Amino acid sequence: MLKRTLLGATILASALASAAHAQDKPEEITIGIATFLTGPASVFGVPARDAAEMLVEDLNEAGGIDGVPVRVNFIDEGAGGEAFTAEYRRQVQDEGADIMFSGISSGNCMQIAPLAEDLEVINIMWDCGTQRVFEEGEYDYVFRTQSHATGDMLALVLYLLKTKPDFQTIAVVNQDYAWGRDSWEIFSTALKAMKPDVEVVGEFFPAFGAPDFSTEISRLSATRPDVILSTSWGGDLNTFVQQASQRGLVNQSQFILGLGESSLEALGSALPDGVIIGGRGDHYFEHPEMVGQENFDSFVAEFKETTGSYPIYSVFHMVQAFEALKAAYAKAIEDGDGVWPDDQALIAAYEGLEFQGLGRPVTIRAEDHQGIEAQIVGTTVQTGDYPFATLENIMIFDGETITTPVGESSIEWVSSLTPEFVQQVEPTTFD
Amino acid sequence: MDYTLILLAIFDGLSYAALVFMVAVGLTLIFGVLQILNVAHGSLYAIGAYLTASIGGAIFAAGYAPILAFPLMLIAAALVGILLGGPIEYLLLRRIYHKPEVLQLLVTFAVFMILEDVQRLVWGNQPYFESSALQMLGNIQVFGVYYTVYQLILLPVVAALTLIGLRLFLRRTLTGRLITAVTEDREAAQAIGIDANRVYLLTFVVGAGLAGLGGALASPTTSVLPGIGAEMIVLSFAVVATAGLGRIEGAAIAALLIGLGRSAATYTYPELQVLVPYLIMLAVLLVRPEGLFGSPAARKI
Amino acid sequence: MSTRHFLPLLALLLLLFVPMAAPGLQILLTLALAKAIAVMGVTLLLRAGQVSFGHALFFGISAYAAAFIAATSLDDLVLLLIAGTAGAALSGLLVGLFVVRYRGIFFGMLNLAFSMIFWSILEKFYHYTGGADGLRLPRPTVLGLSLDRAPFELLLFYLTLALTIGLGWFTLRFLGSPIGQLFQTVKTNETRLEYLGVSARTTLLKGYVLSAALCGIGGILVATAQGIVTPSYAYWIRSGEMVFIAVLGGAGSIPGAVAGALAYEIVRAYAAAFAADIWQLVLGVFLLVVILFAPGGLAGIYTAIANRLSRRDPSPTAHSPNEARQ
Repeated sequence: MLKRTLLGATILASALASAAHAQDKPEEITIGIATFLTGPASVFGVPARDAAEMLVEDLNEAGGIDGVPVRVNFIDEGAGGEAFTAEYRRQVQDEGADIMFSGISSGNCMQIAPLAEDLEVINIMWDCGTQRVFEEGEYDYVFRTQSHATGDMLALVLYLLKTKPDFQTIAVVNQDYAWGRDSWEIFSTALKAMKPDVEVVGEFFPAFGAPDFSTEISRLSATRPDVILSTSWGGDLNTFVQQASQRGLVNQSQFILGLGESSLEALGSALPDGVIIGGRGDHYFEHPEMVGQENFDSFVAEFKETTGSYPIYSVFHMVQAFEALKAAYAKAIEDGDGVWPDDQALIAAYEGLEFQGLGRPVTIRAEDHQGIEAQIVGTTVQTGDYPFATLENIMIFDGETITTPVGESSIEWVSSLTPEFVQQVEPTTFD
Repeated sequence: MDYTLILLAIFDGLSYAALVFMVAVGLTLIFGVLQILNVAHGSLYAIGAYLTASIGGAIFAAGYAPILAFPLMLIAAALVGILLGGPIEYLLLRRIYHKPEVLQLLVTFAVFMILEDVQRLVWGNQPYFESSALQMLGNIQVFGVYYTVYQLILLPVVAALTLIGLRLFLRRTLTGRLITAVTEDREAAQAIGIDANRVYLLTFVVGAGLAGLGGALASPTTSVLPGIGAEMIVLSFAVVATAGLGRIEGAAIAALLIGLGRSAATYTYPELQVLVPYLIMLAVLLVRPEGLFGSPAARKI
Repeated sequence: MSTRHFLPLLALLLLLFVPMAAPGLQILLTLALAKAIAVMGVTLLLRAGQVSFGHALFFGISAYAAAFIAATSLDDLVLLLIAGTAGAALSGLLVGLFVVRYRGIFFGMLNLAFSMIFWSILEKFYHYTGGADGLRLPRPTVLGLSLDRAPFELLLFYLTLALTIGLGWFTLRFLGSPIGQLFQTVKTNETRLEYLGVSARTTLLKGYVLSAALCGIGGILVATAQGIVTPSYAYWIRSGEMVFIAVLGGAGSIPGAVAGALAYEIVRAYAAAFAADIWQLVLGVFLLVVILFAPGGLAGIYTAIANRLSRRDPSPTAHSPNEARQ
């Protein structure tokens, strides 16, 4: 009985949906946003959803996109494989989503990219970092509005080699999944290329969501590597840093936390001075080039007011996805002399698009649809201005120089770098 | 590998074993008496951790002394046992004792699913971290490596006390003996007038409380976040099955085996770490199907 | 043919028209039916009184076997199905040789141990298995023809539907056969089996291999429909889900497995869509209600209703759905 009722409802819904988007200028633009509402990665997903709701409200108050209001539906990436893809299709086929933002998990992005291509729906990979998507496949409908793992990791390596060049040994503690493995492969390949005498003395990949790192910490304390890298995030990172900090490991070794920006507030006073922090792009709530600009300050204040926390990189990535959307529609409408763009016109607009979120301007490469984004890296300091650590000795790396060139494989490209590359790259510094 | 590293690996294994035992002991107690493998045990563990971390965070932020963390753990455990364990047994499990094993297990599986979402509704998605208890006890240095007193000394001591306490309780007190009687032979115990319903309720409350206590004890060492229950429950299953279902001392030995095996793997071949508990369980069950300390079930003809 | 057989047949017939009438449901139902095949495997074991908490093992093994083959040039749906099923049946035989010595909770736990070991290997051996992110399973050709997504999915839907009906029929035939009868005696009276001079272990092993193969076929179909395989295919929650569906449908009822899988997937999909935050809670409550108030599952409810409608039919009650609808 239930089955047939639902069946009827679905038929009705799809009929309504297809009637609704037959006109030239639609009554509204529907966006399906995939984000983690459940599971460990909801530490990124939920703030990003809050940001999306805020952005849509502001956007519609300001008249929408060329007078067309925007409506968003959220899909939970945490619902798991089948439920996620089934819901993605439902959004596109039944709800008539005009454009999809998906998603956070690299695994989901790898899965969605060919699906979006087959469904012929524009898909913006608004957060995921795997470099593989565009290096292993070519897509017409898929774009990325931020950097990928290579830029994220290269900035960290360069910062380390510029600020603390004299070290011999390094160990890694990463989560055991694609991001943890891939980011270490890129980081270690780049590091060995630019500093051939470095020795890797420990590689730990504790299970994703591991509750305890005590054993790894004992092992590292006994090994005493000069540098310890972790690109973990969320609860895993917090646990690891708290335990390492409590047991003095943070004072023994130079820590690099690739995604540390997202945990600054959560770690509070547990994060000591002197830890190198990255933010997967130039994302930081006190971005030295953005603080003082009206839109940046008001966004940070509004976000803090609404959610009780400062924005983290996934929030900034969501902002970029929306800014790119606005810019792409504006460009497409202008190029089409005011005609409402179809998918092809919008794709043409996205290719080579330049837009600005709440950091430096981002360009989407026309050739492979990859976003070119600057990177911010800094060192922690507990100043007492906030109940958590903030960044000093900030460097901002230009996106162009540290992103894999079009058509090349990231690993091959970073392994071809030389020690001279460290001097060739000149980041912006702040005092 | 030199001797220092072996000793360090043993220390790590011990403190891990202590935590695992604290969770598994409640599970095995419940199984011993009620013959139900409680999947929701993992959720009760998680809720114990959440209660301790969130209440602790709130009261320490309000300026109360961190020493309160310890009584707080006991309170959290009691809350889990009484407010969750009690109703689960009284309202749900009581209706299904006569039903097939699989249905009993699925009822607890359903409770697990429900509690997973309840945790998220109550505590949200962001991880909690509240380690005042651990920080207060400070560190000790062993062979140049810092360990926290909390993990190296307190946890194993609490685990040992729990083991001894439970033994004494089950053998020396009247209530404990009633529980043992029901465990040994449910029908005979009822025949001599023992109120099995009360024993079941009490056991479940105690078992659930132990899960909560396990979570409360683990909370200062870890981030409390959605999903920790699901991980813990399979690990406790492995301990309980290795030990022999319902065997409390066995659970201690099995937890030690798994803890030491796991840390040995981390020191030598870290990639094997997650495999170790299941390999041990498989190896034991293949040789002794009833577990290390279990007694073979009488065959019903 | 009585009315009680008529309605399920009508429902199956209605499924034939899903791609035309409700294309939005097509992929959801493909997945649900594929899972139904896997659940039949679990249901089969329930008929022998055994509950496996690790049957996701075979689901995962065949899915990964399919993904490995799909990465080679032998990338054809028929080959994937054959190889995956063979892989699941073979591993079912190997695991079965160990586990058929055990009964009850030990049987369940040992299965759990095997599946968790396999899961850990999938998670750990990243360079071969893709770790937690799994492997992509690009759309295979069908008998040498490469199809676009739409026709491929249509074909997959009908293939899955045909397999569900065919394998369901086969499983019922198996249960009705002499071997199947002996197999079910493991539940009711194992000792009598031994007195008859029949090895309970060998009998159970035969059913176990069949159940592993069924799970395997479900795994390949889900993997092909998804285009990706991940370790979650072999995780204990997946095994629990299969037992969940088997009980929801009516423990021991093959048509119930299909009804259960359809109901489960639809409730889950709509719960995820309309109550994204609490879909697990919704499912949990659903399960509790079924166990407490309708222990015979959907098959039991159906039988009860059918009985009420046709009083003159004196056959089974709600509490023994096993004999119903065969």
